[in-house]
Amino acid sequence: MNTSKKVGALVLVELGASGFSLINLKVMGALARLGEFTSLEVDLLVAGKDCAAAAAMAARVPGIRQVLLADDDRCEHQLPETLAPWLAHLAQDYAYVCVGATTFGKNLLPRIAALMDLQPVTDVVAIESANEFKRPVYAGSALAHLRTEQSIKLLSIRASAFGEVALGESSAEVVAITPPPSQTISRFISQQQVQSERPELTAARVVVSGGRGMQAGENFQLLYQLADKLGAAVGASRAAVDAGFVPNDMQVGQTGKVVAPELYIAVGLSGAVQHLAGMRDSRVVVAINKDADAPIFQAADYGLVADLFEAVPELIELL
Amino acid sequence: MKILVAIKRVVDPGVRVRPLADGSGMDIASAKMAMNPFCEIAVEEAIRLKEQGLASEVVVVSIGQQTVQDQLRSALALGADRALHITTESILEPLAIAKVLHALVQKEQPQLVLLGKQSIDGDHNQTGQMLAGLCGYPQGTFVSHIECKGDEVWVTRELDGGLQTLALKLPAVVTTDLRLNQPRYPTMPNIMKARQKPLVVIPLAELGLSLQPRLQTISIDAPKARQQGIKVNSVAELVDKLRQEAKVL
Ligand SMILES: Cc1cc2nc3c(=O)[nH]c(=O)nc-3n(C[C@H](O)[C@H](O)[C@H](O)COP(=O)(O)OP(=O)(O)OC[C@H]3O[C@@H](n4cnc5c(N)ncnc54)[C@H](O)[C@@H]3O)c2cc1C
Repeated sequence: MNTSKKVGALVLVELGASGFSLINLKVMGALARLGEFTSLEVDLLVAGKDCAAAAAMAARVPGIRQVLLADDDRCEHQLPETLAPWLAHLAQDYAYVCVGATTFGKNLLPRIAALMDLQPVTDVVAIESANEFKRPVYAGSALAHLRTEQSIKLLSIRASAFGEVALGESSAEVVAITPPPSQTISRFISQQQVQSERPELTAARVVVSGGRGMQAGENFQLLYQLADKLGAAVGASRAAVDAGFVPNDMQVGQTGKVVAPELYIAVGLSGAVQHLAGMRDSRVVVAINKDADAPIFQAADYGLVADLFEAVPELIELL
Repeated sequence: MKILVAIKRVVDPGVRVRPLADGSGMDIASAKMAMNPFCEIAVEEAIRLKEQGLASEVVVVSIGQQTVQDQLRSALALGADRALHITTESILEPLAIAKVLHALVQKEQPQLVLLGKQSIDGDHNQTGQMLAGLCGYPQGTFVSHIECKGDEVWVTRELDGGLQTLALKLPAVVTTDLRLNQPRYPTMPNIMKARQKPLVVIPLAELGLSLQPRLQTISIDAPKARQQGIKVNSVAELVDKLRQEAKVL
């Protein structure tokens, strides 16, 4: 444990459809790891519109210094054109700026970085010291161990690689701040938010994913039934999304979501490298596929060579 | 409307790659190379906008060694009008690439810059956002639909929670996701014609940029291997293993 002077860390809080996202607690998990190498003083920034409730949640993150709350029309929809110049300025006071490696973080952090003339380290999966990080490259076929001497380190954190911190009862101070005026070069038009009763893919303890072998969107009902038995989230391969069986937000892989549940059940998907990139760190992997040579079996702890339309109903029955 | 498309030469997505045993990099010296799939989608979209009469010229640019000209010629064969090759032997980080592209944007003054959302080697997903920041342009990232509307481009973005539509004031930077389009294949006559199209070579040094690397690579290693699994013979056996052995149910 390093006991030298504390350095500041700023977390850019992600707001989901229902307020404070779980990913923020994973980012805090990563900061807890970073805190083993350098003493941190952490501020959380909540920027949005009508986000006081999210700020109150953020304030319950244990061990933080304060929550900065910008509840302002200018922050609505968190457009990077508006936020980045301001955050690039705010970030000058910190040694670390962290955000989840989600579409929110991926959209925002590099723009801030460019304005600060900094090279961020994105998709961090391991923290080796105060300035050494690991990130996957080539769809997770390798891990790059990187060092940076930049005085301000911009990091995006892979949720699947870190544990989450639990919210406490006591509250840190919430300090209201106001973003400066900015020109509007982008406008929000609409958002189709996917609503689901099931757990969020990246946070679920169990994930059931279907591939092209599902043959049609209706057949995903089978996987939903299985998922409901297990309290699982449902994911998909790119082929299943491209074929229109299910929406894009269910894609797992190099270019979709990265998950690492306790149990991952892959149904009717072949296990392409790009898919493995999104689930290879799951604790237990089950594959159900009728082709005994499908590469997914090499990544599976338990493989069942079977027709999914027989095996899945039987599995539902037995659970 | 002039469109600038940035493209990258990468290992073909069908090739399985491994790190070198000494941790110094990837074992790709003899790997089959290709245009990054997301860049192919960007080229395709630019060509479609031109075919619809919405774009007047499609300029493609790539940064790297002599060999990137293969991918530039492919883009010309697909329908791009001219190519720029910024020559360098160095592997540049996303920030440096964004600075080079920024210099070219100032020179070429495109209304729309199209890039892939990420390259399948570094998997950074940074360059488009950085370029937009440096230019002060709006950004549409991870885009699966583009529509030109007067002095704006409307984009649909694939987000973790669904789809979002934004209106971006031109000039703008757009990064492509997989479902934006299905790229075409070049035809033989177009491959022949591409040889006559202009390809201008510009040494990186001529742009007068300072591009020191900000990250040092200590090593590139294989991820932890998964333990070899087993095959089960029935659903009942599977359930039993998951309960008794793996203890996940
Ligand atoms: C740049 C790039 C990025 C990509 N990103 C991703 C990504 O993020 N995520 C992703 O998943 N893919 C991604 N891909 C695509 C990837 O390469 C594969 O094409 C895709 O994962 C294949 O999906 P699949 O396994 O569902 O389909 P297939 O490969 O067609 O496999 C279908 C499987 O279903 C089995 N099957 C069929 N019928 C049955 C049945 N009745 N019972 C049991 N089994 C059955 C078959 O044996 C087969 O193994 C990407 C590709 C590229 C080039």
